[in-house]
Amino acid sequence: MMNLMPDNDAHLGKDEARRLERIGYDASEKERAGSFMQQDNDLLMHKTLHEDIEVMGIQEALKTVPDAPSYYGRAFAALGREYPRETLGGYYIRIKAGKTVLFPVQACLYLKKANFRQKVHNLIIAEPGSKVYIITGCTAHSASQEAYHLGISEFFVGAGAYVNFTMIHSWTKDTSVEPKSIALVDKGGVFISNYICLDPVRSITMYPTAVLAEDGVAHFSSLMVAHEGSAQDIGSRVIFNGKGSSAEIISRAVSLGGSVTARGHLKAASPDIKAHLECRGLVVNEKGRIYAIPELETEYRDVDMSHEAAIGKISKEEIEYLCSRGISKDKAQSLIIRGFVDTNILSLPELLKKEIDQLADRTLKSGL
Amino acid sequence: MKIENLTVEVGRRVILKDLNLEIPSGKTLVLFGPNGSGKSTLIKAIMGFENYTITQGRIIYGGEAINGLSTDERAKKGIGVLFQNPPKIRGIKLRQMVELVTRRPAQENSFVEKLNVGDLMDRDINVNFSGGEMKRSELLQVLSQRPKLLLLDEPESGVDIENIAMMGKVLNAFIHEHAVASLIITHTGYVLDYVDAQHACVLMDRDIRCYDDPRKVFEDIRQFGYEKCRTCRG
Repeated sequence: MMNLMPDNDAHLGKDEARRLERIGYDASEKERAGSFMQQDNDLLMHKTLHEDIEVMGIQEALKTVPDAPSYYGRAFAALGREYPRETLGGYYIRIKAGKTVLFPVQACLYLKKANFRQKVHNLIIAEPGSKVYIITGCTAHSASQEAYHLGISEFFVGAGAYVNFTMIHSWTKDTSVEPKSIALVDKGGVFISNYICLDPVRSITMYPTAVLAEDGVAHFSSLMVAHEGSAQDIGSRVIFNGKGSSAEIISRAVSLGGSVTARGHLKAASPDIKAHLECRGLVVNEKGRIYAIPELETEYRDVDMSHEAAIGKISKEEIEYLCSRGISKDKAQSLIIRGFVDTNILSLPELLKKEIDQLADRTLKSGL
Repeated sequence: MKIENLTVEVGRRVILKDLNLEIPSGKTLVLFGPNGSGKSTLIKAIMGFENYTITQGRIIYGGEAINGLSTDERAKKGIGVLFQNPPKIRGIKLRQMVELVTRRPAQENSFVEKLNVGDLMDRDINVNFSGGEMKRSELLQVLSQRPKLLLLDEPESGVDIENIAMMGKVLNAFIHEHAVASLIITHTGYVLDYVDAQHACVLMDRDIRCYDDPRKVFEDIRQFGYEKCRTCRG
C-alpha cells in the first residue's frame, strides 16, 4: 500500500538531508513500517509499508476513516481541556487490533519558510492488543528564522496495547516550540515516551500527560541539552485513574548556558498505584540554570510514590581523573556530558537504540 | 623521576615541605606513612592536580621539569596513576576508557584477561564496583597506558588475598618487563610479597624520614609504630 504525494525527494536539498539525519529520519525506509512528512503546511508524502498500519494526513483521515472524527479532541475533552483549533495538517497513525509491527513508523514535521507558524494536530490510535513503535522528528531549515511550531498529539492506547513513541527535536536557535500531548491509556495498556532535544532552540514549552486506566503503564524519559539562549520548560505528567497502574518519569538535563525547567507531576487519583520520578541536571556553564520541580500528589494512603532530583556541576575530581589517563580537559568534559546524556534511560527498541546513540554522538560532538 | 625541594600546599596549608626523592628507571620505591601524612598529596602534586599548589621545588621527569605541564600532558609523557579512591564516572564504560587510552579495541588488551575484568568492561567506571573490582579496574587502566613511571596509591586496599596475589604478579611482571620506575603507597605491606621493591621510605611531618630496605622498614613500623621513625633513621 503506498500513497505517495508529489515527488518528495525533489524537495529535499542538502540542508534537509543533514537535518533529517539529526532527527532519525531514515530516507531509505529499509527498517521502517511507514513514513509521513510535512513541510510547513504541505504534506510532502505519506507511505504505509506494512499491512497492519495506516499512515496518512489528518485531513484525509478525518474525511475517509469513519470513526477518526470521534477521536479528534477526545483526549483533551477527557481532561476538560481546550486545544487550539487553528491547526493545519498533522499525521494519523493507526495500528490494527492485536497486531504487532516491529519496524517503527517514522514521521517528520519540518519548518522551512522563514517566520512560518506551523500548527499540526496528530492522532495516534493503537487498537486493543496492538504493539507499535513510532519515531517522530521535528526540525527546521537553517534559514527558517523566527519560526514557530505547535504540535498537538492525541494518543489512544487501547486495552493491552503498547505504544513506544520516540520524539526527536532538532530546531534552530530562533525557533519557538509548543508540543501539547495527551495519551489515554486503557486497561493494561503501555505508553512509552522518549524525548530527545540536544540542539539549540529559542524556547520549548511542553507538559505531555498520560492518563492511566487500571493496570496501565507509562514511562516518560527525556534527554535535554539547553544551549546558551535556549529556554526549555519541559515536564511530564501522569494521572493514575486505575488500580495497579504504574509510571516512571526520568529526565537528564544539561545546561550549556541555557535555562531548563524540568517538571514532573504524578497524580494518584486511585489507590494501589506505583510512581517514580527521577530528574538529574548538570550545569556546565556559569550562565546556565536548571530548575527541577518534582510533584507527587495523592489523596490515598495505599500508594507507592517516590522521587529523586539532583542537580550539580561537572566535578573537578572526575575531570582530573580522566586527564590523568591522558585525556585533555576539553575532551574529558565532553565525555562526561555525553555520558550524562545517557541514552540507556530511554526505553528504546534495539533497532533504534544504535541509531539514537549515533545521533547523540554526532549532535553532541558538533554542539559542544 | 627526581623531586627536588618540593613544597606543596592544599588550600594554603603546607602538606609537603622541602621534600626530596628519586626513583631511577626500573626501581620500585615503597612509601609508608601514617594517615594524613601527605602520601596521596604527593601523587596528586606529581600529576599536577589543580588544588595541589607547588610553592617551591621541581619535579623532574625524563630529564625535564614538568611543573608547568597539564595533567594530561604528564600522563602522555608516561606517568600513570592507580588511585586509592577513584571517582564514579557515570555514563563512561570501562571499555570506552581503556579504548580511549590505548586507541585499540579492548579485545586486543591482554590485561583484560590477566586481571579478570571482563565482567566490568561494560559497566560505568567505579559505579557499584566493589573495592577489589575498583582496584583491578584501576590497574587495568594504568597498565594499559603503558607508563614509564607508575604511581600506585594503596593498590591492595579493599582487595581480597587471592586478587592481591593476582594483581601483584601482573604488576611485578609489567615493572620488570618494561623497566618501569614505580612508587607504591601501602598500609598493609601485602604488596611487598609480590612486587620486588628495592627501597622504602616513610613520609611524615611533611618530609621523607627514612630510606632503607622495604622489609626492614615495614618490620620496624609493625613493631614500633611510626613514632620510632622520627628517631631511628633520622
